[in-house]
Amino acid sequence: MSRVHDMGGRFGDGPVRPDAPNAPVFATEWHARALAVTLACGALGQWNIDTSRHAREQLSPIDYTRFSYYEIWLAALADLLVHKGVLSEDDLAGQGSDAPHPLAEKRLTADAVAGVLAKGGPADREGGPEPLFVEGQAVRTRHPGGNRRVSGGHTRLPTYATGATGRILRLHGTHVLPDSAAHGLGEAPEPLYAVVFPAGELWSHPENPEDEVVLDLWQSYLELV
Amino acid sequence: MPHDHSDHPHALLPPDPALRVKALETILTRKGLIDPAALDEIIDTYQNKIGPQNGARVVARAWSDPAFKDALLADADPVLAGLGYSGRQGEHMVVVENKPAQHNMVVCTLCSCYPWPLLGIPPAWYKSDAYRARAVREPRAVLADFGVSLPEGTRVRVWDSTAEVRYLVLPMRPKGTEGLTEDQLAILVTRDSMVGTGLPRSPEGKT
Repeated sequence: MSRVHDMGGRFGDGPVRPDAPNAPVFATEWHARALAVTLACGALGQWNIDTSRHAREQLSPIDYTRFSYYEIWLAALADLLVHKGVLSEDDLAGQGSDAPHPLAEKRLTADAVAGVLAKGGPADREGGPEPLFVEGQAVRTRHPGGNRRVSGGHTRLPTYATGATGRILRLHGTHVLPDSAAHGLGEAPEPLYAVVFPAGELWSHPENPEDEVVLDLWQSYLELV
Repeated sequence: MPHDHSDHPHALLPPDPALRVKALETILTRKGLIDPAALDEIIDTYQNKIGPQNGARVVARAWSDPAFKDALLADADPVLAGLGYSGRQGEHMVVVENKPAQHNMVVCTLCSCYPWPLLGIPPAWYKSDAYRARAVREPRAVLADFGVSLPEGTRVRVWDSTAEVRYLVLPMRPKGTEGLTEDQLAILVTRDSMVGTGLPRSPEGKT
């Protein structure tokens, strides 16, 4: 049921290696270009953040594992451009036409960059269902997890936290539901909560039973205990 | 020649990542879908204008101004917007305060959510499998990888930032900083201290 990106709590990874002091923002020039090309393509307006996350998660486990971070971005971007009809497979193979593209008028120009980055893409929405839970209430995450609408689809409930009991820490307001928005099924906004779980509820051998993990979870991921 | 074990469209591009991004940039530029000058502008922004220095200024101000700190902890978005620190990948911010009894630490196990307007582009370790896998299960062992150990009796609260909400840790103000100005305090605030994998520098220059 879980997919390769859903790695919270996994065993077998080695030490975390902090970077050297004063390490550059981009380790190589192509990292910087990969980030910039991805952001510039996002400005064409053909997908949302949940769609692009889903595209990265859709990579085969063998690709996801062997690719470095920006290689994952690049692969997902190329796949999205074709799946959304912006480019053809012939284009990617270097055999496409140079005819003017219908989306060219949406191209992000240099003078618009600062405004676009400053605006961002807020995901809070008016309306949607009323909040069912209040601060301090005990809730359980649904089990099994996974996207309820699309088999193998995008969701933001990590596998390590399915079926776990925690309590509502705070309400973040009403936000777009990624399980729906990632698949072109509408924004379906829902109340979003920070839910706190004792470490012992999530791990059979917690490092310290006093420790806690907080997850941001949509209302439909939760049920009252 | 190595090839992608994949039938995804990306396998049509050259396997070497530097050539792959070059090829994609060339195709998109030829079709008028991207403007190379806009790419340069994006890179310049994250290389030179947006980075942990923004978050450090916010922390230093919170250390110096109790009313600002209260407002920041209560509802960060309008406070940060007022300073010009909002926007892409920081649309919804929550600031969490470290205290002697509780150390906060941020991870995104499903991808790499991170508060870009305050900290810039995340470092490689934040996006690594090891950090994403281990931070929620053994935060103290991960802190040890960073050379950080916490006093007895400090609870660790890990924020798995899996939603649109991004978290910033407000570290504890180091001892011996009573007379310092905001600018002097900001120098002590490290990026890692705002993710929770580090502590601020002490005024004597020790970390």
